[in-house]
Amino acid sequence: MQGVRIDLISEERLSQMPSMEKIRLILDNVREGTIVILESGLTPDEQSVLIEMTMQEILPDGFSGIEIESYPSKQKNPGVFSRFLKGDESRRLTVIGPANQLKMIRKDRGFISAWISGR
Amino acid sequence: MGISHTLSRILSGLFQKKTARIGIYGPPNAGKTTLANRIAGDWSGTISGTTSEVPHETRRAARSGNITITGSNGKSVTIDIVDTPGVTTRVDYKEFLEYGIEREDAINRAREATEGVAEAMHWLREDIDGVIYMIDATLDPFAQVNIMMIGIIESRKLPVIIAANKIDLPDATPQRIRNAFPQHPVVPVSCLDGTQIESLYEEMVRHFR
Ligand SMILES: Nc1nc2c(ncn2[C@@H]2O[C@H](COP(=O)(O)OP(=O)(O)O)[C@@H](O)[C@H]2O)c(=O)[nH]1
Ligand SMILES: [Mg+2]
Repeated sequence: MQGVRIDLISEERLSQMPSMEKIRLILDNVREGTIVILESGLTPDEQSVLIEMTMQEILPDGFSGIEIESYPSKQKNPGVFSRFLKGDESRRLTVIGPANQLKMIRKDRGFISAWISGR
Repeated sequence: MGISHTLSRILSGLFQKKTARIGIYGPPNAGKTTLANRIAGDWSGTISGTTSEVPHETRRAARSGNITITGSNGKSVTIDIVDTPGVTTRVDYKEFLEYGIEREDAINRAREATEGVAEAMHWLREDIDGVIYMIDATLDPFAQVNIMMIGIIESRKLPVIIAANKIDLPDATPQRIRNAFPQHPVVPVSCLDGTQIESLYEEMVRHFR
């Protein structure tokens, strides 16, 4: 069948995977043209490593990087207590795809639109 | 390098307080290099890097060492400023072609840009003591790169000041940045003409030590 593949990965599955395995799975799939949807997103450290590894794998006329969107973490009240509320609430549904095939636009905090093109 | 020089460096390293390494992070074209140049110009009389409307003009981090900034209360802070390449999740050399750059040169620029961004991300996890996060106040503060980077900076527990830059432009809305990141100090500035740059220096003296 022709078209674009979309892989949807559950929170349970993600929670059982070591960070490096998650990042490899995302990059290997996205480089093949697959859109990956994570039920719960990556930790900040995983995001940081994902950006670093994405940069290392970009090639002229080949992989040109990723498009990634998720909702911003829930609005926190500024102040002392905000630091105790961190953690899982910042890991939200995340969509990742090849930069040259996926274009996403955030309409507002809670609304993202995605355009996907074939290869 | 002579032995006495090396020795004096070791000694001063032992007795001097380590200078805080402050990284200027943010998306391409936010004005990071313009700020780095202004800080260096105001406090040490040198120039740090070249600014440009072509994205990824800064492809390697540039460091200005040992800059002492003094606030109005007389307190001061001594820092190394690291001007980083703009953080992005995508680099395509073809975008440089639109600025009239030749293909081979564009491919080289793209490769340098990817190496620079990878390096800047790596440092953020290992080697940075505080961050000035620059956002162009005419753009949507909820851009994914801002959300990810602020989250990464928070998780490393680094002190951060958000600079809402380009307030000289009529459609700048620094208040949107305040609303988006209420948990951090936001300083509206124009790094180009220097408007409110003093407020940024005051915040730096207060937050970085
Ligand atoms: N209007 C305006 N333009 C600015 C300001 N700061 C930087 N710029 C311009 O924005 C562009 C990108 O600046 P640069 O410092 O190279 O951005 P960087 O990619 O973040 O290092 C250049 O054309 C600058 O002249 C500002 O405060 N106001
Ligand atoms: Mg720059």
